Amino acid sequence: MASAKEIIANRVAMFLNDGDVVNLGIGLPTMVGDYIPEGVEVFIQSENGILGMDRVALEGEIDKNVSNSGGQPVLVKPGAMYFDSTVSFGIIRGGHVDVTVLGALQVDEKGNLASHTVPGKMMPGMGGAMDLVVGAKEVIIATTHTQKGDVKLLKNITLPATAIQCVNYIVTELCVIHVTNQGFELMEIAPGITVEEVQAQTEAQLIVPADLKVMPVLE
Amino acid sequence: MKNKIITAQEAAGFVKNGSTLMVGGFLGVGTSELLVDAIVESGVENLTVIANDTGFETIGVGKLIVSKQASAAIASHVGTNKETGRRFNEGDLKLELSPQGTLVERIRSGGTGLGGVLTPTGLGTEVEVGKQKITLDGKEYLIEMPLRADVAILKGTIVDKSGNVYYEGTTKNFQIVMALAADTVIVEAEKLVEVGEIDPNYVMTPGALVDYIVVGGNE
Repeated sequence: MASAKEIIANRVAMFLNDGDVVNLGIGLPTMVGDYIPEGVEVFIQSENGILGMDRVALEGEIDKNVSNSGGQPVLVKPGAMYFDSTVSFGIIRGGHVDVTVLGALQVDEKGNLASHTVPGKMMPGMGGAMDLVVGAKEVIIATTHTQKGDVKLLKNITLPATAIQCVNYIVTELCVIHVTNQGFELMEIAPGITVEEVQAQTEAQLIVPADLKVMPVLE
Repeated sequence: MKNKIITAQEAAGFVKNGSTLMVGGFLGVGTSELLVDAIVESGVENLTVIANDTGFETIGVGKLIVSKQASAAIASHVGTNKETGRRFNEGDLKLELSPQGTLVERIRSGGTGLGGVLTPTGLGTEVEVGKQKITLDGKEYLIEMPLRADVAILKGTIVDKSGNVYYEGTTKNFQIVMALAADTVIVEAEKLVEVGEIDPNYVMTPGALVDYIVVGGNE
């Protein structure tokens, strides 16, 4: 059976359209690259200076001068290009990234996102995350629905904001949520899961449309 | 033609107690370990380092954090170097976290005669604390101030004897703007070639901006 992370990565990949410029965060978001649907070609942007990134390089393929934003050596696709950080963030902040996918510590019903810091515990810095969520045309959060029992989808974020009113969609192993002006609207729900079960793990009130769909999940 | 070639030890001599130092690279990719090591050996103190990140404890800028020669750091991401967080928490290191796209533009404006940066990144977050905001054409922006340094240390993949630099792959990152933003610019040449050997189309930092060259390439 597919893991929660595989289910999420697969569903996020279905949001991507042929020709999209896409930035994938480190961890679960990176897995989205493994599930891009047949016939869809996307251009993966890496904020340290690549458009057209391919997979992580294996031993024997490593070029020490070509890495991803996590510092891992990577390969690039034919037609790729390298650029410096001003062009990279020009692409990001300038609205030329169609979709950015990242994880979250908390998201609230206004689309406010906390993804980069837990005061006193974890203060790694925001890196490129603040620019990505402000600049990308669409922001998709890929996250497990809760974290060790802690609710992440809230009425109001309590951790420091990475950006305000920036999230468009949230994909978890239980459901797909569209963040609208009215709040969290359920788009899809995983097979065998009830709305009540999802609501019990979500602090914000879910808006349930008449045409709620079943979420496609990996076997 | 002026001879720009000096030793790493001579290069380190330009970094004085209290200097502000820009260091090129992204998680060590493109960072001159040779010049960082020479600065560590020189024992200068009370440095303010400006870089994308603080590297790792044994790689790149991280060494200056571990050696405690850096008393302040301005970076976008410090999560890969535990010593940065530890020293900050103990009050031993001044740390300013700047969003990556903002940081590179602050350096660019410092080096290109501009008065600062207007960016939407960071609005509604802790990044805006203590900063001026401005509304233009109905859109709100943060005003972010320029950054300059006394010395920038960079690494070029191919450098000619006049200082023209070509940066391979993802080693361009912050280096191209840092070459504009420091009073003294020192480049490690991974490979040193004669003037004229680099096609002008591939020169990314003009030699006129480079003060000194250190021959490296043995890392």
